Amino acid sequence: MSLLGDRQQLAYIASQAADARVNVELETEGMTLNIGPQHPATHGTLRIIARLDGEQVIWAEPSAGYMHRGYEKLTEVRTYPQVTSLVNRIDWLGSFANEVPFILAAEKLMGVEAPSRAQHIRTILFELSRIANVSLFLGDLGVQLGAITPVFFAFRDREYVLNLIEGATGGRFHPNFDRIGGLKEDLPAGFIDETRNVMKKLRTFCDQIEDLLFGNEIFQSRTRGIGVIPKDVALQYGMSGANLRASGVDWDLRRDQSLPMAWDKADWKVITHPDGDSFARCWVRLQEVRESTRIVDQLLDTIPAGPVMAKVPKIIKVPEGEAWVSTENPLGEMGYYVVSQGDMGPFRVKIRSASFNNISIVPWLLKGVYVPDIITILASLYFILGDIDR
Amino acid sequence: MNAVVLSTDLAYWAQSLLRVLGGLVAVLLPAGTIVYLFLFKMMSFMQSRLGPMEAGPYGSMQLFAEVGKWLQKEDIYPARADKFLFKIAPIIVLSSTFLLVAVVPFGPDAWFTNFEAGVFYMLAVSSISVLGILIAGWSSANKYSLLGGLRAAGQLIAYELPMVLAVVGVVIQAGTMNMQGIVVAQNAGSIFGWDGLGNPYIFTQFVGFVIFMIAVQAELTQAPFDMPIAESELVSGYMTEYSGFRFLIFFISEFATAGVFSMIASVLFLGGWAVPFSWFGWTNLDDIDNWMNVAGPLILFTKMIVLSFIIMWVRFSYPRFREDQLQRFAWKVLIPVSLVNIMLTAIFKVAF
Repeated sequence: MSLLGDRQQLAYIASQAADARVNVELETEGMTLNIGPQHPATHGTLRIIARLDGEQVIWAEPSAGYMHRGYEKLTEVRTYPQVTSLVNRIDWLGSFANEVPFILAAEKLMGVEAPSRAQHIRTILFELSRIANVSLFLGDLGVQLGAITPVFFAFRDREYVLNLIEGATGGRFHPNFDRIGGLKEDLPAGFIDETRNVMKKLRTFCDQIEDLLFGNEIFQSRTRGIGVIPKDVALQYGMSGANLRASGVDWDLRRDQSLPMAWDKADWKVITHPDGDSFARCWVRLQEVRESTRIVDQLLDTIPAGPVMAKVPKIIKVPEGEAWVSTENPLGEMGYYVVSQGDMGPFRVKIRSASFNNISIVPWLLKGVYVPDIITILASLYFILGDIDR
Repeated sequence: MNAVVLSTDLAYWAQSLLRVLGGLVAVLLPAGTIVYLFLFKMMSFMQSRLGPMEAGPYGSMQLFAEVGKWLQKEDIYPARADKFLFKIAPIIVLSSTFLLVAVVPFGPDAWFTNFEAGVFYMLAVSSISVLGILIAGWSSANKYSLLGGLRAAGQLIAYELPMVLAVVGVVIQAGTMNMQGIVVAQNAGSIFGWDGLGNPYIFTQFVGFVIFMIAVQAELTQAPFDMPIAESELVSGYMTEYSGFRFLIFFISEFATAGVFSMIASVLFLGGWAVPFSWFGWTNLDDIDNWMNVAGPLILFTKMIVLSFIIMWVRFSYPRFREDQLQRFAWKVLIPVSLVNIMLTAIFKVAF
């Protein structure tokens, strides 16, 4: 309670200071604008308290927690196989990707490794959920900037990917498919051919979006030079994923660490952009969808035969220990710190979700921008509320 | 000139009433319905979806369904709103549309008013909607609405000027401010001696036409100039607090104004209700047969649909500008270009 009090006190002092700045020249009054908790630009219930001078922001502060669901605590009363159905819902647009690091952490503690076929399928599904996630971002970006059409294309083409995920796992949004030691089932018949077709469609979709949005001069004038994050600031704020790579940091966990996954079996490159502005962040994501389709295509070619499940006991008990595994999720670095005391469920789980760190830069970034730029910056930072509040 | 029978036999008030009713029933309703249906179907196909399909065959009754829906809703106003202003704001916006329609000629005798300074009147009346929008933004007692209203005021005033300047070129070329006169001048005219198409000013005043359409887009507060509404940032701006019937009025005026501005643009640049006079051997208004009073409105409607299609096409495919970028575009690009256009037009007018 005292923490909240301090925080409000600080907010009050900051807003007073902001007022003092507003009043100097024109004797104008500032205005506090609450963006959210219910606002179309916040993808859920994020609240941004902005102190405005006319249309200019002089002070802004994100206030998260309106959708806190307590997943870290809930994992303590679940068994390990049950946890995947919880963590699915953290980043709900790319939910399979949320399961993977937790399962990898549990496998690391148990000393189990999934068979090679399961690793391939995991990677394919991981990349498919990245494509589903980021392709929706590309459409939503248009809506945030006022162009209505791209989002319809995005929903249309994301549907193909969701159908693939549904075909393989049985769940469109919450697959709950990853198991300790492998996967629930093998791929269905026809999955590989169908996936190849869909990847072609997705590449066409990327071209369309590039024509429709990225080549548009209004779009460029709205995003270029807006919300520039220099390299060192991005690193200081602990940003990750495409937001970090757009600031010119060549850092991708898929390449930089060795996990029992199949990314090293494919030939792909890490996309970076030197500018660090909103355009760079959007552009990097667009290119990453293309790279993901390439990864999927190559892995489909090299997928080995064999079982999809290693030998694990029926009742899973994880030996005592602590493990940290993080992966390069659609939104950035997502990691699980799992503490086990030898029970059927984890003793404590710390979830490091990408969006929470990514939006911590918002107060720094929003100083001095105009109200429309708030939307551009929030859209280009690309957070998902479930990923902030957990 | 052939006079319509009604207008000679009836008292002035009865004529006025008939004209107002005519304006409502004969022009705005069909214009609104056709524009709405055509555009919504068209845009749905552009966005790879079907659009309205349920109401009536192929969704053709969608507008009635929506009007019914809006009418059933409760008329809510915020507790701290200025209730009187809050209520009259949408009516002011709609009245601007009605007043605009008054000067549009639909045929040789099919007009509501044949006002000598029609262009002048049109430009003056079109800015009334700014008042309504400002009032709506202020009286809603909502910060988003206030921001939207102020943006709208800045934007509409900035784009009045290029619009006026774009029309000046047409007025110089036609030599009259009467809308009917502009139609005649275009269809009886010739481009450097060739009169196969008359002289629709879209050819000689192409720059003016483009500037006019851009300004219209801004006047209608449609993308790429829709910051006053801006669903994703200001949550519909000045319309945020409106619901039910009053929102319906804003909604109708949005589409009807798009239709009316397209009509005005087709009168000014596309030859209005007529096809080139030379095709029928006509030279002035008195020669024209009565059947043009029936065919004229249809021709004008066709041109209107083409132009409102362009307006909506742009609306559905462009992202929106930022407020300062929009002002810069108006003052640094559109106004200088239209001034140069006026100068060139005047030189050509004197030279030829």
